[in-house]
Amino acid sequence: MTDRTTDTAQPLPTSIDATLQLLTGADYVADRPLATVLFLALKMGRPIFLEGEAGVGKTEIAKVLAATLGRRLIRLQCYEGLDVSAAVYEWNYGAQMIAIRLAEAEGVADRESLASDIFSERFLIRRPLLQALEPDVAGPPVLLIDELDRTDEAFEAFLLEVLSDYQVTVPEMGTIKAEHPPIVVITSNRTREVHDALKRRCLYHWVGYPSAERELTIVQAKVPGIGKKLSREIVGFVQALRKEDLFKAPGVAETLDWATALSELDAVALDPATVSDTLGVLLKYQDDIARLDGTKVKALIDEVRAALRAAE
Amino acid sequence: MSTEGAIVADAEPAGRLAENIVYFARALRAAGIPVGPGAVLDALAALEAAGVGTREDFYWTLHAVFVKRHEHSVLFDQAFRLFFRKRAYLERLMAMMMPQAPARPDRAEPPASQRVQEALFQGLESKREDEKREVEIDARLTISTREVLQRKDFAQMSAAEIAAAKDAISRLVLPLDELKTRRLKPHRHGHVIDLRRTLRSSLKAGGAVIDLHYLGPKTKLPPIVALLDISGSMSQYSRLFLHFLHAVTDARKRVHTFLFGTRLTNVTRALKERDPDEALAACSASVMDWSGGTRIGSSLAAFNRLWARRVLSSDATVLLITDGLERDADATLAFEMDRLHRSCRRLIWLNPLLRFDGFEAKARGIRTMLPHVDEFRPIHNLDSIASLCRALSGEGGAVADPKAWLRRVA
Repeated sequence: MTDRTTDTAQPLPTSIDATLQLLTGADYVADRPLATVLFLALKMGRPIFLEGEAGVGKTEIAKVLAATLGRRLIRLQCYEGLDVSAAVYEWNYGAQMIAIRLAEAEGVADRESLASDIFSERFLIRRPLLQALEPDVAGPPVLLIDELDRTDEAFEAFLLEVLSDYQVTVPEMGTIKAEHPPIVVITSNRTREVHDALKRRCLYHWVGYPSAERELTIVQAKVPGIGKKLSREIVGFVQALRKEDLFKAPGVAETLDWATALSELDAVALDPATVSDTLGVLLKYQDDIARLDGTKVKALIDEVRAALRAAE
Repeated sequence: MSTEGAIVADAEPAGRLAENIVYFARALRAAGIPVGPGAVLDALAALEAAGVGTREDFYWTLHAVFVKRHEHSVLFDQAFRLFFRKRAYLERLMAMMMPQAPARPDRAEPPASQRVQEALFQGLESKREDEKREVEIDARLTISTREVLQRKDFAQMSAAEIAAAKDAISRLVLPLDELKTRRLKPHRHGHVIDLRRTLRSSLKAGGAVIDLHYLGPKTKLPPIVALLDISGSMSQYSRLFLHFLHAVTDARKRVHTFLFGTRLTNVTRALKERDPDEALAACSASVMDWSGGTRIGSSLAAFNRLWARRVLSSDATVLLITDGLERDADATLAFEMDRLHRSCRRLIWLNPLLRFDGFEAKARGIRTMLPHVDEFRPIHNLDSIASLCRALSGEGGAVADPKAWLRRVA
């Protein structure tokens, strides 16, 4: 659930331009609005709430932040039924049982001391949220709370305490508070609305599909060795596809997968047959794939070519 | 005016910025973006932190703090443009307080602009607002695709109607349909040992006696999504159903309500008002196609595309309230019904036409939609509302089987 980068800790960026440079340096092609929000969040010590369609690079932002700042990345993947014992802490019951039996065998009868002994830090198993509140040599870690919309309202309500005061209450031990708050990145695919009370504590940013120009830069940065012509046609095709009436439009992740697939197939330009064969990489719903038959694909490719020629 | 000028002149530069942000926040609030005083403080802190140099940075800094929902982005954009228009914004602010017409917009404005402009100059307009005459067209049991953009006044509800609706609602027994969740809670006859409670209670006896405590499954009420047809042929019923949906919304947390005629409107927030009259007034204010034509297929398509994945995420029960009199009963309607059916747990079609004893599923729209629903029920009087409540509690019934209706005609 956690991994540590080998880099040493870097200082936080001091301006919006520096933030933009930091992201670009790690091959994350961001626009200025995103850099502004990230900079503000780092500067003001507030969580960032990123919302957007699947596959537009929300999770990637947290990974890039952790890597470039040389911080530890702690990831909490949300799912239905996520509870405190999986997200924050749990007691090590096995060890506690043994401790009780040992106390019995040794004849220690002092109940008070036994109770405080059993519920001490020695028997506490730390889960992601608690780990994120602990001091780290490389500086406060990056806490990624991924796909918050997958969990339920009860967990959201619990997060309120963690995100506003950066503290967690363990009934048996008391309150654990972070000395330096972690950098919190929350993502949501918007399968449902997250409660306003939680959003209010965060800086909100909607991550949209990138412009053609930015997507081209992303493809060329992330798929090394791809031809210039092919990459421009791929981006043009995907951008045209997003304008079609599809149930699920392809995200940047799909564009990258498709670009990798086509470059593995040694394609130098788009042709209808190859596109139809590899459409499953871009579109994930059968209805959408059925809608794009051979003639439609050909028409789209011709359209993209014409637009590219006009731009030259 | 002279005192105001003096305040502005005397104030520190930072003070003027603060003042402007406060005014801007007020404008945003008027435009419909919920902005609290905390957000204003945040905005000032953010502007200080960012050390804003360009207009673009200023824009995105305020955007980061004030906008908390994707759909508010466009409102923010318009409000920002109107408010921080060079040189002109202060004059415009002052124009709000003077009884004269606001300056004419320079160019054709995008759609949201109207709303923001109205909000900014609301104080001015409201004084001169004319009483608009309502035109009532009785389009009962006729279908037209013509979009009648008319707002229906709920005050037209007769006293008897209100009494009947309230009566029905007060006698409403709320559904007890429960879904198992994957969470556990303390349970007398549970199936998992609650080690934490077990250990804690065993310590009372110094660890000598270990009493087992159990965890069992936790249940929750499944969310309800209601799609209510408000076209002309349904106009006699839709008001009553709105009362019903308001009562259900009040009692349960997760109810989403959509109205559709020729277009789809989400009125979930409007129905959250506590007072039923206020809630219904808010509803009618947000709907543009009251008592107009009906396009079930395209409305369902809009729902499936824009909302289904957001509101049907956790095993929702869908109530589709329409008479099914669709002129364009084509493959699209069948396709969208099928998609809706596959993305929810239970699809219940409530059709007021079932009030006729000799009702037969003959209309093409109805025949197209019937194969895709789980239950087909009447809804036209208090009895049928009561039986709907029973249906929501998880009891089916022979009347409800859609296949029986299809067989009867075939």
